[in-house]
Amino acid sequence: MSVYYTKEHEWVSVEGDSATVGITDFAQGQLGDVVFVEVPEAGKTVAQGGEAAVVESVKAASDVYSPVSGIVSEGNQAVVDEPSLVNTDPEGEGWFFKLTISDNHELGGLMNAEQYQEYCTAL
Amino acid sequence: MSEPEQRLPLDGWHRARGARMVEFAGYAMPIQYEGIIAEHKWTRSSAGLFDVSHMGQLIVAGDDPEKALEALLPADLAILKDARPKYSLLLNEEGGIIDDLMVTRRGEHFYMVVNGATKTGDIAHLEARLPRGVVLDHMKEQALLALQGPKAVDALARLVPGVEELTFMTAGLFRIDGVPAWISRSGYTGEDGYEISVPAAEVARIADLLADQKEVKPIGLGARDSLRLEAGLPLYGHDLDQHTTPVEADLVFALSKRRRAEGGFPGWHRIAKELAEGPIRKRVGLAIEGRQPVREGAMVVDGEGNEVGTVTSGGFSPSLEAPIAMAYVPLDSSAGGSRISLAARGKIFTGTVTAMPFVPHRYKRKGAA
Repeated sequence: MSVYYTKEHEWVSVEGDSATVGITDFAQGQLGDVVFVEVPEAGKTVAQGGEAAVVESVKAASDVYSPVSGIVSEGNQAVVDEPSLVNTDPEGEGWFFKLTISDNHELGGLMNAEQYQEYCTAL
Repeated sequence: MSEPEQRLPLDGWHRARGARMVEFAGYAMPIQYEGIIAEHKWTRSSAGLFDVSHMGQLIVAGDDPEKALEALLPADLAILKDARPKYSLLLNEEGGIIDDLMVTRRGEHFYMVVNGATKTGDIAHLEARLPRGVVLDHMKEQALLALQGPKAVDALARLVPGVEELTFMTAGLFRIDGVPAWISRSGYTGEDGYEISVPAAEVARIADLLADQKEVKPIGLGARDSLRLEAGLPLYGHDLDQHTTPVEADLVFALSKRRRAEGGFPGWHRIAKELAEGPIRKRVGLAIEGRQPVREGAMVVDGEGNEVGTVTSGGFSPSLEAPIAMAYVPLDSSAGGSRISLAARGKIFTGTVTAMPFVPHRYKRKGAA
């Protein structure tokens, strides 16, 4: 299993052609208390960098972009029912959706954990 | 916006306590410490300390300041007793709101607190209109704190015996640890609490004293906004502006009875007409269906999809655990229970007109238990 990161602060955990997507701990920290999450339904086609989910904190609304193209296999109903999971466990139980990746080559443009850490430090 | 943000007297104090600072009204200010919802709930259950030193503290003094201010405000200052803060409005000739403010008679002069983002314009407006012999002083050397919440009285009375005797919308001169402090029992959260004006040179020490009380935590602007929204209190620059009249804004209580009848303040003709015939639109509270907040800028739409109004404040109510908003809607849609359609983020939301405050005020009024 490999984890990749985007400049928009999504993470994607990849195993074969299956991927799980969420927002990073850095992102939830910047957003503050998450009060609403909308996730895509199974079967939806998402494009790399395209809007796939919505996360709203007390302060602001943000789009969550898909780190890779593919077909959604599951949206996480748990974060819809309990949005604070995004704050308490952003890179675990607080995942947003799972998808089947259509083109593994897209992963090449993403950051690894070390690169992402450097990217956040520079912000 | 291009000018660098200014530092307030408690800038280092906030940073040392882990605040996240943002630009607001030209100043670096704390948006949050531990988190907006936690700070919000702490204020509703205990006591929150807010730094509102960005606000303008003004003195109007000299030759008959009462008459001079009555020419600019719709308040009945003639019957305003000493040390009784009153909510009022600076109005333009069209009845639009230049700012909302608190005005207090203090002996021979009046003390006013105006919004931080508008204070420079307010001062220019006042200086251009106050007659010769009336002088305006911007007290830049004063800082302003607010201590809000049901336990504010316990924390403050421990340091300043006597403040428990004040009732809602009364004020007086006290001392905190030897420092002169003008303290009013008032605020912007819907809770009981105090606003405390102290010299900027002493404010860090006073803030330490207050924050050291077991009931008290510092609270950022984020929770200040969610608290005032739950309390149904409008925020200037969002829910009120130069194109909004007091009648549209549902602030008729700020138009004193004598002044409504006699006029003699800017915009009276339009305001009197709106009082008699009703305004075209009105500020209302909305309970939003579902869980997703509808925010400032969302459109109020009619059955045909035409824009007929605007959401001016909106967010998630931590107390109600539901989205709430303030919006301007056509008068015929402003009655309680009216269903309102809102367009935001490519979706249609439904709101129901709801009496404000959304969360009951808990002021300590005179004569109340």
